[in-house]
Amino acid sequence: MSIMEYNGGSVVAMKGKNCVAIASDLRLGNQAMTVATNFEKVFPVTDSLYCGLAGLATDVITLRERFRYRVNMYTIKEERQIEPATFAQLVSSTLYERRFGPYFVEPVIAGISKKTGEPFIAAADLIGCLNFAKDFVVCGTASDKLFGVAEGLWEPDMAAEDLFETISQTLMNAVDRDAFSGWGAIVHVITPEKVISRTLKARMD
Amino acid sequence: MSVDVFRKGGFDFSNARRNAFLEAKGLPLPKATSTGTTIVGCVYADGIVLGADTRATEGPIVADKNCEKIHYITDNIRCCGAGTAADTEYTTAMISSNMALHALSTGRQPRVVTAMTMLKQYLFRYQGHVGAALVLGGVDPTGPQLYTIHPHGSTDKLPYVTMGSGSLAAMAVFESSWRANMTREEAVQLVAAAISAGIFNDLGSGSNVDVCIVTKDKTEMLRNYEMPNQRVQKERQYGFRRGTTAIKSETIRSLITSETVVPVGQLVTDEMDVS
Repeated sequence: MSIMEYNGGSVVAMKGKNCVAIASDLRLGNQAMTVATNFEKVFPVTDSLYCGLAGLATDVITLRERFRYRVNMYTIKEERQIEPATFAQLVSSTLYERRFGPYFVEPVIAGISKKTGEPFIAAADLIGCLNFAKDFVVCGTASDKLFGVAEGLWEPDMAAEDLFETISQTLMNAVDRDAFSGWGAIVHVITPEKVISRTLKARMD
Repeated sequence: MSVDVFRKGGFDFSNARRNAFLEAKGLPLPKATSTGTTIVGCVYADGIVLGADTRATEGPIVADKNCEKIHYITDNIRCCGAGTAADTEYTTAMISSNMALHALSTGRQPRVVTAMTMLKQYLFRYQGHVGAALVLGGVDPTGPQLYTIHPHGSTDKLPYVTMGSGSLAAMAVFESSWRANMTREEAVQLVAAAISAGIFNDLGSGSNVDVCIVTKDKTEMLRNYEMPNQRVQKERQYGFRRGTTAIKSETIRSLITSETVVPVGQLVTDEMDVS
């Protein structure tokens, strides 16, 4: 049992054509015991930028607040919204600062640049090594399974609705083979015009 | 610890005690992304050729299929990184910025030995806990220079070097084919062959070959110089039909600000007298 498996949970993000999607499961566990089924792991950073955090729940909440604090300070100082690529660097440096006493969290970032309209996804390991993928990024207890399913289902240049189906099916099918994730799911599809958030009907076992 | 917006540099150890406690309870610390890696460098007639594969691993999982391992130090110096991915990324970035400051304060083109000394002193200070194994190469006023730097801070200066888990496979190629004063084309071919040996024979290395050529006048970064592991076109589309996924609830947040102006009160019909 690793610390990452203590509370369970998984997050996945995918790129589409002029859109991105980020999804998480809703389980909060205490090892094998499910404690809550409404524990969202994806948080809004700006209108069109979301950040998912999988790992030890205490650190998920601590980091969510630290990111909120640092993003607010950035917004006040710069008098503009933070760009997804900039936020990724902020996440990375926050984690690397704790290189020798890390937070047990793997972040996933998904958003659309306000400046260029480019879709952006990234993931980091627990000490802040960034991975800028052009297709999809995964993290959490079901990451192995998510890699497998996403590799099979993802196609380039998907429209927002097709991206929703792909990310939902990827998450649900991966999570159903993971004992520590599941119990419902939430998906956010971000386009330049709107953000669609949907909770999915999933297995509750 | 004072809560400050502008934090000073250095590491924060405030979680270390908690994490040591959890580790003592038998919860093993999670693995960080490592670049299993094959990285090489080689001197030729008028410069340096550096090479790297593009695979990043997290234990047995391939975390990134096309990552960049040749890092920028200065215009005339580059550095390949193997080991803990975050460490190679941040160590090279920090030395790069210190080299830029150093160049500004001395008013000279920075030398490769300077970068090498900065790196080894930094790594030695952390006694190998900063897990960066580096191949540093560049051309400065003293000519082409090539070094390897180990995580504990020891360095070598050699005409051809390899590092990472694929170093044995790559070194085998160098040992059989390296010659002094090769041409640029020969050197690039040799480096690509050495990296390919790592890609195909070492499980920690894979995907593509990145090459970087540093000469007196310019530096060429040939990203994905060889791509021997391209995925073929899928034979079928596995996409789901729209409406497959059952939804429990939906909220839509519009990001377009629309406003309608409703005139209040009677419009003034008479033109204002402006004469």
